[in-house]
Amino acid sequence: MSRYLLDKFLFTIDRDPALVERYREDAAATVAWWEEEMANRILNCTSGERSTWLAFTDEERQALVAQDHVTLFRMGAHPFLTLTLFIAMFERDHGPLEYQKAYGKALQHLTLPYPDIAT
Amino acid sequence: MATVVAVIASTHHPFYYRASTATGADRPPFADEWVAKIEAFRETLTKARPDILVMVGSDHFHQLWLDNMPQFLVGKAPYFDANWYNEEREFGLPRMTLPGEERLAAHILRNGLDAGFDLAFSNELRIDHSITCPIITLRPEADLPIVPIYTNIFAPPLPRPQRFVELGRTIRRLVESWPDDQRVAIIGTGHLSLELGGPRQFGAHGPDPEFDRKAIEWIARGDLDGCLAEVTLDSLHLPGNATHGFMDFMLMMGVAGAGQKADHVDSLDLFHTMEAYFTWYPNGAPA
Repeated sequence: MSRYLLDKFLFTIDRDPALVERYREDAAATVAWWEEEMANRILNCTSGERSTWLAFTDEERQALVAQDHVTLFRMGAHPFLTLTLFIAMFERDHGPLEYQKAYGKALQHLTLPYPDIAT
Repeated sequence: MATVVAVIASTHHPFYYRASTATGADRPPFADEWVAKIEAFRETLTKARPDILVMVGSDHFHQLWLDNMPQFLVGKAPYFDANWYNEEREFGLPRMTLPGEERLAAHILRNGLDAGFDLAFSNELRIDHSITCPIITLRPEADLPIVPIYTNIFAPPLPRPQRFVELGRTIRRLVESWPDDQRVAIIGTGHLSLELGGPRQFGAHGPDPEFDRKAIEWIARGDLDGCLAEVTLDSLHLPGNATHGFMDFMLMMGVAGAGQKADHVDSLDLFHTMEAYFTWYPNGAPA
Protein backbone atom coordinates (compact mmCIF):
# COMPACT_ATOMS: atom_id res chain seq x y z
CA MET A 1 0.00 0.00 0.00
CA SER A 2 1.29 3.44 -0.90
CA ARG A 3 -1.29 5.97 0.20
CA TYR A 4 1.31 8.65 -0.38
CA LEU A 5 1.57 7.83 -4.06
CA LEU A 6 -2.20 7.67 -4.51
CA ASP A 7 -2.42 11.10 -2.90
CA LYS A 8 0.42 12.38 -5.08
CA PHE A 9 -1.43 11.26 -8.20
CA LEU A 10 -4.70 12.91 -7.11
CA PHE A 11 -2.86 16.07 -6.04
CA THR A 12 -0.85 16.57 -9.23
CA ILE A 13 -3.74 15.77 -11.57
CA ASP A 14 -6.20 18.02 -9.74
CA ARG A 15 -3.90 21.05 -9.78
CA ASP A 16 -3.39 21.00 -13.57
CA PRO A 17 -6.37 21.80 -15.82
CA ALA A 18 -4.95 19.88 -18.78
CA LEU A 19 -4.33 16.78 -16.68
CA VAL A 20 -7.86 16.89 -15.23
CA GLU A 21 -9.23 16.64 -18.78
CA ARG A 22 -6.72 14.01 -19.82
CA TYR A 23 -7.56 11.79 -16.84
CA ARG A 24 -11.29 12.23 -17.44
CA GLU A 25 -10.99 11.24 -21.09
CA ASP A 26 -8.43 8.44 -20.94
CA ALA A 27 -7.81 7.13 -17.44
CA ALA A 28 -5.68 4.10 -18.35
CA ALA A 29 -3.25 6.02 -20.54
CA THR A 30 -3.02 8.88 -18.05
CA VAL A 31 -2.27 6.57 -15.11
CA ALA A 32 0.38 4.70 -17.14
CA TRP A 33 2.02 7.94 -18.31
CA TRP A 34 1.90 9.41 -14.81
CA GLU A 35 3.48 6.38 -13.16
CA GLU A 36 6.28 6.36 -15.72
CA GLU A 37 7.00 10.10 -15.83
CA MET A 38 5.62 11.72 -12.69
CA ALA A 39 5.55 9.21 -9.83
CA ASN A 40 9.22 9.72 -8.98
CA ARG A 41 9.36 13.46 -9.54
CA ILE A 42 10.15 15.22 -6.26
CA LEU A 43 7.61 18.01 -6.28
CA ASN A 44 9.40 20.31 -3.86
CA CYS A 45 12.72 20.26 -5.77
CA THR A 46 13.97 22.00 -8.84
CA SER A 47 13.99 19.60 -11.77
CA GLY A 48 16.88 17.20 -12.38
CA GLU A 49 16.63 15.11 -9.22
CA ARG A 50 14.24 12.18 -9.00
CA SER A 51 13.29 9.46 -6.57
CA THR A 52 13.90 5.86 -7.62
CA TRP A 53 11.38 3.72 -5.78
CA LEU A 54 7.81 4.90 -6.12
CA ALA A 55 5.29 2.64 -7.90
CA PHE A 56 1.62 1.69 -7.54
CA THR A 57 0.47 -1.76 -6.47
CA ASP A 58 -1.73 -3.50 -9.02
CA GLU A 59 -4.80 -2.78 -6.89
CA GLU A 60 -3.98 0.93 -6.62
CA ARG A 61 -3.33 1.27 -10.35
CA GLN A 62 -6.61 -0.48 -11.07
CA ALA A 63 -8.60 1.79 -8.73
CA LEU A 64 -7.18 4.87 -10.43
CA VAL A 65 -7.83 3.49 -13.91
CA ALA A 66 -11.41 2.60 -12.91
CA GLN A 67 -11.85 6.08 -11.33
CA ASP A 68 -13.34 4.18 -8.39
CA HIS A 69 -13.70 6.66 -5.52
CA VAL A 70 -15.19 4.03 -3.18
CA THR A 71 -12.10 1.84 -3.45
CA LEU A 72 -9.81 4.86 -3.16
CA PHE A 73 -11.60 5.79 0.08
CA ARG A 74 -11.18 2.24 1.40
CA MET A 75 -7.45 2.37 0.60
CA GLY A 76 -7.08 5.57 2.64
CA ALA A 77 -6.51 8.01 -0.21
CA HIS A 78 -7.07 11.49 1.22
CA PRO A 79 -10.83 12.09 0.84
CA PHE A 80 -10.41 15.80 0.15
CA LEU A 81 -8.10 15.13 -2.78
CA THR A 82 -10.33 12.47 -4.27
CA LEU A 83 -13.48 14.55 -3.85
CA THR A 84 -12.01 17.72 -5.33
CA LEU A 85 -10.64 15.97 -8.41
CA PHE A 86 -13.76 13.89 -9.00
CA ILE A 87 -16.00 16.95 -8.74
CA ALA A 88 -13.78 18.63 -11.32
CA MET A 89 -14.15 15.68 -13.66
CA PHE A 90 -17.78 14.67 -13.22
CA GLU A 91 -19.92 17.42 -11.70
CA ARG A 92 -20.43 18.88 -15.17
CA ASP A 93 -22.41 15.80 -16.22
CA HIS A 94 -25.00 16.26 -13.44
CA GLY A 95 -27.51 18.74 -11.98
CA PRO A 96 -26.65 21.00 -9.01
CA LEU A 97 -25.17 18.94 -6.10
CA GLU A 98 -26.47 15.74 -7.72
CA TYR A 99 -22.96 14.36 -8.21
CA GLN A 100 -21.79 15.26 -4.68
CA LYS A 101 -24.82 13.51 -3.15
CA ALA A 102 -24.44 10.40 -5.29
CA TYR A 103 -20.72 10.32 -4.38
CA GLY A 104 -21.64 10.23 -0.68
CA LYS A 105 -24.41 7.70 -1.22
CA ALA A 106 -21.99 5.29 -2.85
CA LEU A 107 -20.08 5.30 0.47
CA GLN A 108 -23.14 4.76 2.69
CA HIS A 109 -22.14 1.21 3.62
CA LEU A 110 -19.11 2.54 5.52
CA THR A 111 -19.15 2.92 9.27
CA LEU A 112 -16.75 4.58 11.71
CA PRO A 113 -13.86 4.38 12.05
CA TYR A 114 -13.11 5.24 8.43
CA PRO A 115 -9.89 3.89 6.87
CA ASP A 116 -6.71 5.53 8.11
CA ILE A 117 -5.47 8.32 5.83
CA ALA A 118 -2.10 8.87 7.50
CA THR A 119 0.85 8.75 5.11
CA MET B 1 3.47 48.50 21.77
CA ALA B 2 1.05 46.77 19.46
CA THR B 3 -2.55 46.41 20.63
CA VAL B 4 -4.83 43.49 19.83
CA VAL B 5 -8.00 45.38 18.92
CA ALA B 6 -10.10 42.39 17.89
CA VAL B 7 -9.96 38.60 17.96
CA ILE B 8 -12.16 36.98 15.34
CA ALA B 9 -12.98 33.33 14.70
CA SER B 10 -15.04 32.16 11.77
CA THR B 11 -15.86 29.29 9.50
CA HIS B 12 -14.50 29.74 5.96
CA HIS B 13 -17.20 28.75 3.52
CA PRO B 14 -15.80 28.82 0.00
CA PHE B 15 -19.29 29.19 -1.53
CA TYR B 16 -20.01 32.55 0.15
CA TYR B 17 -18.41 34.60 -2.61
CA ARG B 18 -20.45 32.96 -5.34
CA ALA B 19 -23.69 32.92 -3.31
CA SER B 20 -23.37 36.58 -2.31
CA THR B 21 -22.61 37.82 -5.83
CA ALA B 22 -25.14 35.63 -7.68
CA THR B 23 -28.25 37.31 -9.08
CA GLY B 24 -31.60 36.23 -10.47
CA ALA B 25 -32.26 32.51 -10.74
CA ASP B 26 -28.66 31.72 -9.79
CA ARG B 27 -29.02 33.35 -6.36
CA PRO B 28 -29.63 30.69 -3.68
CA PRO B 29 -32.61 31.25 -1.35
CA PHE B 30 -30.38 31.57 1.72
CA ALA B 31 -28.09 34.22 0.16
CA ASP B 32 -29.81 37.33 1.54
CA GLU B 33 -29.83 36.10 5.13
CA TRP B 34 -26.21 35.00 4.77
CA VAL B 35 -25.12 38.38 3.39
CA ALA B 36 -26.93 40.20 6.23
CA LYS B 37 -25.11 38.10 8.83
CA ILE B 38 -21.76 38.62 7.13
CA GLU B 39 -22.27 42.38 6.92
CA ALA B 40 -23.02 42.54 10.65
CA PHE B 41 -19.93 40.40 11.28
CA ARG B 42 -17.82 42.64 9.03
CA GLU B 43 -18.89 45.66 11.05
CA THR B 44 -17.30 44.12 14.17
CA LEU B 45 -13.90 44.26 12.47
CA THR B 46 -14.42 47.64 10.82
CA LYS B 47 -15.28 49.20 14.20
CA ALA B 48 -12.01 47.96 15.68
CA ARG B 49 -10.03 50.02 13.11
CA PRO B 50 -7.17 47.55 12.63
CA ASP B 51 -3.90 48.46 10.88
CA ILE B 52 -2.70 44.87 10.42
CA LEU B 53 -4.37 41.45 10.24
CA VAL B 54 -2.79 38.27 11.58
CA MET B 55 -4.61 35.53 9.64
CA VAL B 56 -4.71 31.93 10.89
CA GLY B 57 -5.80 29.28 8.42
CA SER B 58 -4.85 25.98 6.86
CA ASP B 59 -3.53 25.22 3.40
CA HIS B 60 -5.74 22.68 1.63
CA PHE B 61 -2.93 20.84 -0.19
CA HIS B 62 -2.12 23.78 -2.40
CA GLN B 63 1.43 24.88 -1.68
CA LEU B 64 2.11 22.59 1.29
CA TRP B 65 2.49 18.98 0.31
CA LEU B 66 3.32 15.66 1.91
CA ASP B 67 6.96 15.67 0.81
CA ASN B 68 7.65 18.62 3.10
CA MET B 69 4.76 19.19 5.49
CA PRO B 70 5.07 21.78 8.27
CA GLN B 71 2.79 21.65 11.32
CA PHE B 72 2.77 25.42 11.87
CA LEU B 73 4.09 27.91 9.33
CA VAL B 74 4.38 31.71 9.26
CA GLY B 75 4.36 33.59 5.96
CA LYS B 76 7.00 36.31 5.80
CA ALA B 77 6.88 38.14 2.49
CA PRO B 78 6.08 41.60 1.12
CA TYR B 79 3.13 40.20 -0.85
CA PHE B 80 0.97 37.10 -0.90
CA ASP B 81 -0.76 36.01 -4.06
CA ALA B 82 -3.95 34.22 -3.29
CA ASN B 83 -6.35 31.55 -4.47
CA TRP B 84 -5.63 28.66 -6.78
CA TYR B 85 -6.89 27.28 -10.06
CA ASN B 86 -8.97 24.57 -8.40
CA GLU B 87 -10.62 27.16 -6.09
CA GLU B 88 -11.43 29.28 -9.13
CA ARG B 89 -12.82 26.17 -10.81
CA GLU B 90 -14.92 24.81 -7.95
CA PHE B 91 -15.89 27.93 -5.99
CA GLY B 92 -15.49 30.80 -8.46
CA LEU B 93 -13.03 32.56 -6.13
CA PRO B 94 -11.13 35.53 -7.59
CA ARG B 95 -7.35 35.80 -7.76
CA MET B 96 -6.02 38.32 -5.23
CA THR B 97 -2.73 39.83 -4.05
CA LEU B 98 -2.44 40.91 -0.42
CA PRO B 99 0.34 43.00 1.12
CA GLY B 100 2.41 41.36 3.89
CA GLU B 101 3.75 42.79 7.18
CA GLU B 102 7.25 41.31 7.31
CA ARG B 103 8.36 43.00 10.51
CA LEU B 104 5.55 41.46 12.56
CA ALA B 105 6.13 38.11 10.83
CA ALA B 106 9.82 38.28 11.79
CA HIS B 107 8.90 39.14 15.39
CA ILE B 108 6.47 36.20 15.60
CA LEU B 109 9.03 33.82 14.09
CA ARG B 110 11.96 34.85 16.30
CA ASN B 111 9.98 34.97 19.51
CA GLY B 112 7.80 31.99 18.65
CA LEU B 113 10.96 29.89 18.24
CA ASP B 114 12.19 31.16 21.59
CA ALA B 115 8.81 30.34 23.16
CA GLY B 116 9.07 26.66 22.20
CA PHE B 117 7.24 26.56 18.84
CA ASP B 118 9.50 25.37 16.03
CA LEU B 119 7.69 27.45 13.45
CA ALA B 120 8.37 26.88 9.77
CA PHE B 121 8.39 29.89 7.48
CA SER B 122 7.77 30.74 3.85
CA ASN B 123 9.08 33.71 1.87
CA GLU B 124 6.87 32.94 -1.14
CA LEU B 125 3.45 31.74 -0.08
CA ARG B 126 0.35 31.64 -2.23
CA ILE B 127 -2.49 31.57 0.26
CA ASP B 128 -5.80 29.79 -0.21
CA HIS B 129 -9.46 30.18 0.73
CA SER B 130 -8.89 29.50 4.44
CA ILE B 131 -7.43 33.03 4.52
CA THR B 132 -9.10 34.68 1.53
CA CYS B 133 -12.64 33.75 2.64
CA PRO B 134 -12.35 35.90 5.77
CA ILE B 135 -10.75 38.66 3.69
CA ILE B 136 -13.79 38.52 1.39
CA THR B 137 -16.27 38.45 4.28
CA LEU B 138 -14.54 40.79 6.75
CA ARG B 139 -12.32 43.12 4.72
CA PRO B 140 -13.27 42.90 1.06
CA GLU B 141 -11.10 45.93 0.25
CA ALA B 142 -8.15 43.57 0.91
CA ASP B 143 -6.08 46.63 1.72
CA LEU B 144 -4.46 45.79 5.07
CA PRO B 145 -1.10 44.06 5.43
CA ILE B 146 -1.34 40.52 6.73
CA VAL B 147 0.76 37.92 8.51
CA PRO B 148 -0.55 34.50 7.47
CA ILE B 149 -0.11 31.60 9.88
CA TYR B 150 -0.89 28.12 8.59
CA THR B 151 -1.70 25.12 10.77
CA ASN B 152 -1.85 21.48 9.75
CA ILE B 153 -5.39 20.19 10.37
CA PHE B 154 -5.32 18.11 7.25
CA ALA B 155 -2.45 15.67 6.92
CA PRO B 156 -1.91 13.32 9.87
CA PRO B 157 -0.02 13.08 12.14
CA LEU B 158 -1.49 16.34 13.48
CA PRO B 159 -0.56 18.30 16.60
CA ARG B 160 -3.03 17.71 19.43
CA PRO B 161 -5.82 20.18 20.34
CA GLN B 162 -3.96 21.43 23.42
CA ARG B 163 -1.07 22.44 21.20
CA PHE B 164 -3.36 24.58 19.03
CA VAL B 165 -4.67 26.32 22.16
CA GLU B 166 -1.12 26.93 23.38
CA LEU B 167 -0.10 28.35 20.01
CA GLY B 168 -3.09 30.69 20.16
CA ARG B 169 -2.08 31.94 23.60
CA THR B 170 1.48 32.40 22.35
CA ILE B 171 0.41 34.32 19.23
CA ARG B 172 -1.57 36.70 21.42
CA ARG B 173 1.47 37.31 23.67
CA LEU B 174 3.79 37.71 20.70
CA VAL B 175 1.60 40.29 18.99
CA GLU B 176 1.24 42.23 22.25
CA SER B 177 5.01 42.21 22.73
CA TRP B 178 5.70 43.74 19.31
CA PRO B 179 7.20 47.19 19.94
CA ASP B 180 5.46 48.89 17.00
CA ASP B 181 2.51 51.03 17.91
CA GLN B 182 -0.01 49.29 15.66
CA ARG B 183 -3.59 48.08 15.97
CA VAL B 184 -3.68 44.37 15.17
CA ALA B 185 -6.68 42.11 14.62
CA ILE B 186 -6.10 38.36 14.93
CA ILE B 187 -8.46 36.42 12.69
CA GLY B 188 -8.64 32.65 12.36
CA THR B 189 -10.88 30.28 10.46
CA GLY B 190 -11.76 26.64 10.86
CA HIS B 191 -14.73 24.31 10.71
CA LEU B 192 -17.47 23.01 12.91
CA SER B 193 -18.52 19.42 12.05
CA LEU B 194 -17.63 18.71 8.44
CA GLU B 195 -17.48 15.70 6.16
CA LEU B 196 -15.58 15.83 2.86
CA GLY B 197 -15.45 12.90 0.49
CA GLY B 198 -17.31 10.56 2.86
CA PRO B 199 -20.84 9.20 3.27
CA ARG B 200 -22.12 12.11 5.42
CA GLN B 201 -21.20 14.92 3.03
CA PHE B 202 -23.60 17.46 1.48
CA GLY B 203 -26.53 16.66 3.78
CA ALA B 204 -29.37 19.02 4.70
CA HIS B 205 -27.29 20.22 7.69
CA GLY B 206 -23.76 19.72 8.90
CA PRO B 207 -22.96 16.07 9.68
CA ASP B 208 -23.32 16.52 13.46
CA PRO B 209 -25.67 19.35 14.57
CA GLU B 210 -25.26 18.34 18.22
CA PHE B 211 -21.49 18.80 18.03
CA ASP B 212 -22.03 22.15 16.31
CA ARG B 213 -24.37 23.32 19.08
CA LYS B 214 -21.85 22.36 21.76
CA ALA B 215 -18.95 23.86 19.82
CA ILE B 216 -20.69 27.24 19.47
CA GLU B 217 -21.35 27.20 23.23
CA TRP B 218 -17.70 26.44 24.04
CA ILE B 219 -16.45 29.22 21.78
CA ALA B 220 -19.04 31.84 22.75
CA ARG B 221 -18.35 31.30 26.46
CA GLY B 222 -14.60 30.84 26.09
CA ASP B 223 -15.05 27.44 27.74
CA LEU B 224 -11.62 26.03 27.01
CA ASP B 225 -11.76 23.55 29.90
CA GLY B 226 -15.06 22.07 28.72
CA CYS B 227 -13.84 21.95 25.14
CA LEU B 228 -10.48 20.37 25.96
CA ALA B 229 -12.18 17.82 28.23
CA GLU B 230 -14.18 16.46 25.29
CA VAL B 231 -12.12 17.12 22.18
CA THR B 232 -9.23 14.86 21.20
CA LEU B 233 -7.66 13.90 17.90
CA ASP B 234 -9.68 10.67 18.06
CA SER B 235 -12.98 12.27 19.06
CA LEU B 236 -12.85 14.69 16.14
CA HIS B 237 -13.34 11.82 13.68
CA LEU B 238 -16.86 11.25 15.05
CA PRO B 239 -18.62 14.50 14.02
CA GLY B 240 -17.26 14.27 10.46
CA ASN B 241 -14.02 13.31 8.75
CA ALA B 242 -12.87 16.92 8.17
CA THR B 243 -13.76 18.17 11.66
CA HIS B 244 -10.11 18.47 12.71
CA GLY B 245 -10.40 21.99 11.29
CA PHE B 246 -12.20 22.75 14.56
CA MET B 247 -8.74 22.90 16.14
CA ASP B 248 -8.25 26.29 14.46
CA PHE B 249 -11.29 27.49 16.44
CA MET B 250 -9.58 26.13 19.56
CA LEU B 251 -6.45 28.05 18.61
CA MET B 252 -8.57 31.20 18.42
CA MET B 253 -10.07 30.44 21.84
CA GLY B 254 -6.48 30.40 23.04
CA VAL B 255 -5.93 33.82 21.45
CA ALA B 256 -9.10 35.20 23.06
CA GLY B 257 -8.26 33.69 26.46
CA ALA B 258 -9.96 31.18 28.75
CA GLY B 259 -13.29 32.34 30.12
CA GLN B 260 -13.55 35.27 27.71
CA LYS B 261 -17.10 35.58 26.40
CA ALA B 262 -17.36 36.60 22.77
CA ASP B 263 -18.84 40.05 22.14
CA HIS B 264 -20.45 38.97 18.87
CA VAL B 265 -21.83 35.47 18.27
CA ASP B 266 -23.79 34.40 15.23
CA SER B 267 -24.39 31.25 13.22
CA LEU B 268 -26.24 30.09 10.14
CA ASP B 269 -27.44 26.56 9.51
CA LEU B 270 -26.68 25.77 5.88
CA PHE B 271 -26.76 22.54 3.91
CA HIS B 272 -23.51 20.57 4.31
CA THR B 273 -22.19 22.69 7.18
CA MET B 274 -23.01 25.16 9.96
CA GLU B 275 -21.54 28.64 9.67
CA ALA B 276 -20.38 30.39 12.87
CA TYR B 277 -18.96 33.83 13.58
CA PHE B 278 -17.34 35.19 16.76
CA THR B 279 -15.66 38.48 17.71
CA TRP B 280 -13.96 39.39 20.96
CA TYR B 281 -12.78 42.88 21.91
CA PRO B 282 -9.93 42.44 24.41
CA ASN B 283 -10.06 46.11 25.43
CA GLY B 284 -13.82 46.49 25.47
CA ALA B 285 -16.16 47.07 22.56
CA PRO B 286 -15.33 50.12 20.45
CA ALA B 287 -17.94 52.88 20.39
